Amino acid sequence: MIINEKNIKIWSTVGPRATLGIAALNLAEEIKDLIVLTCDVSTSAGLDRFRKTYPEKFIELGIAEQNLIGVASGLASENFNVVTTTFAPFQTIRCAEQIKVNLGYMKLNVCMVGIASGLVLGALGYTHCCIEDVGVMRSIPGISIVSPADSLETVKALQAVVKSKIPAYIRLTGGSNNPIVYREDYDFIIGKSIQLKSGKDITIFCTGATVNTALEASLILKDKGISAAVINMHTIKPIDENAVNNACKNTNLIVTVEEHNIIGGLGSAVSECKSKIDKSPKQLFLGVKDIYGKCGDYKFMLDKHRLTKQKIAEDIILNYKK
Amino acid sequence: MIESSTENLKKIKKFAADLRKNILDMALSAGANSSHFGGALSIADIVATLFSTQIKYNKKNPLWEDRDRFILSKGHACLAYYSALSLIGYIEKEKLKTFESNDTELLGHPIINKNLGIEFSTGSLGMGLSLGIGLALAAKKRKKDFKVFVVLGDGECNEGSIWEAAMAAPNLKLDNLNVIIDRNGHQQTGLNKDIMDLGDLKAKWSSFNWHTTELNGHNIFEIYNYFENSKNINKPKLLVANTIKGKGFSFSEDNNTWHHNVLSKTMYEKGIEELKNQNDN
Repeated sequence: MIINEKNIKIWSTVGPRATLGIAALNLAEEIKDLIVLTCDVSTSAGLDRFRKTYPEKFIELGIAEQNLIGVASGLASENFNVVTTTFAPFQTIRCAEQIKVNLGYMKLNVCMVGIASGLVLGALGYTHCCIEDVGVMRSIPGISIVSPADSLETVKALQAVVKSKIPAYIRLTGGSNNPIVYREDYDFIIGKSIQLKSGKDITIFCTGATVNTALEASLILKDKGISAAVINMHTIKPIDENAVNNACKNTNLIVTVEEHNIIGGLGSAVSECKSKIDKSPKQLFLGVKDIYGKCGDYKFMLDKHRLTKQKIAEDIILNYKK
Repeated sequence: MIESSTENLKKIKKFAADLRKNILDMALSAGANSSHFGGALSIADIVATLFSTQIKYNKKNPLWEDRDRFILSKGHACLAYYSALSLIGYIEKEKLKTFESNDTELLGHPIINKNLGIEFSTGSLGMGLSLGIGLALAAKKRKKDFKVFVVLGDGECNEGSIWEAAMAAPNLKLDNLNVIIDRNGHQQTGLNKDIMDLGDLKAKWSSFNWHTTELNGHNIFEIYNYFENSKNINKPKLLVANTIKGKGFSFSEDNNTWHHNVLSKTMYEKGIEELKNQNDN
């Protein structure tokens, strides 16, 4: 897959969902046993071209997610390289029991991609927003969780998960015109976070679409005299413990930012590592505060949950004492 | 032809008797842990027919890629499954005694262990048919001619996921998929018809475009002929096997306390005696 400035721009414009379709098309050329299964979302997941180009590698299962996971697992047990996709709530919580038994307990290698997770579908309400998926998936032993920061990272995450044949959940957040975090190719390793900015006062751990916002918030903080390190925790499980250890050693406030409930997600994962460290710094959890509130468009949702660059910066300033 | 059929019926009868003997032994080993005795006995004759005359396997290689795949979706009936796998040489007889003991490979619900012939972990009801669809699709994609056999419980058909899968298989044109519903009429706390009436299962699956058949799930002649004669039907196949929970022993037949129960030494001896009398006849 050619990673250049032009493609990065195109992927960013079309957003993570359409990028998924492009990445899958590319993978199909390379991986003989690739099979993509969906639940009546081929167009929503950018897979229309894939469906037409590789009909033998595409299986439509209708709106039936429990069956989706079972069928995918049966194929995986016969060594097919299987990708499933549908909207994040239906890809995860709707069929959590099947995921537990088939991918967790039996360790069958299925790559699940949850599209439009987080708050991007605010206008459709909390049936379609997904702020619980990481919490539920994280509690199932053996399932890796990857949350790409932008469209290029979506491509890299899909390639990494499919090629490593592990049971995993890729959580796609953000919409079209997705801000670009990575302007050129880079090394992506599952489980190894990426420091995007160094800082000596605080460390911001962010994931998915919040990565770009956190970078922007760090510039506001800089103007206020707070030096913030920004770390892209693209893998929420297994969590990069070294990164948390170093942050606790070198900075005085740990901040986690996520489009997810503050219970169960990135914040909880970081906190679980932090709790093993003596005299670790305080942690500020930024995300959805365990509530189903009023809904609106993406911008409205981010503002409501204080996940804009301005509000992230305000909350940090309020909580940070030098 | 008739001769080979007679030979096969003898094989099935012997297999079914040995299977019931293994079930008794394992239920006794389980002791106070109890075992799902009734539901294992209701599928005993179906499992015996499948493993003694229908399922292709390689005695020396459980991983043989052309093997037929068997899935016990009603995983709690694993006494019958483990017993059959022992009779075909995949599980050592001694190992059967470890049933439900600490750190065993033979828990009260099957755990995936392809070396022992166990394709999947089952027990959470309603999942086996979807897995079977995955296997049947894999066979089609790889142009293999192995078949997939899935045994469901009737109570299990309360699960919505069964119907998701029932809808999918004919759409996917999986004529290599064979499903058997153990229609013993009971589930954990009583009769199907009192808990969640399943109605006419044959008609329901027919309306989903399966090839359907209903027969006596303890008549090995009928079961054997069904499998022999349905091989070339170009649809997924559903067999409603009318069975008796606890079939084979006077104390357990049609008695739902044997859904999950402790087999005492006295009962065990009574069972052995009854089995001996049945074989003498």
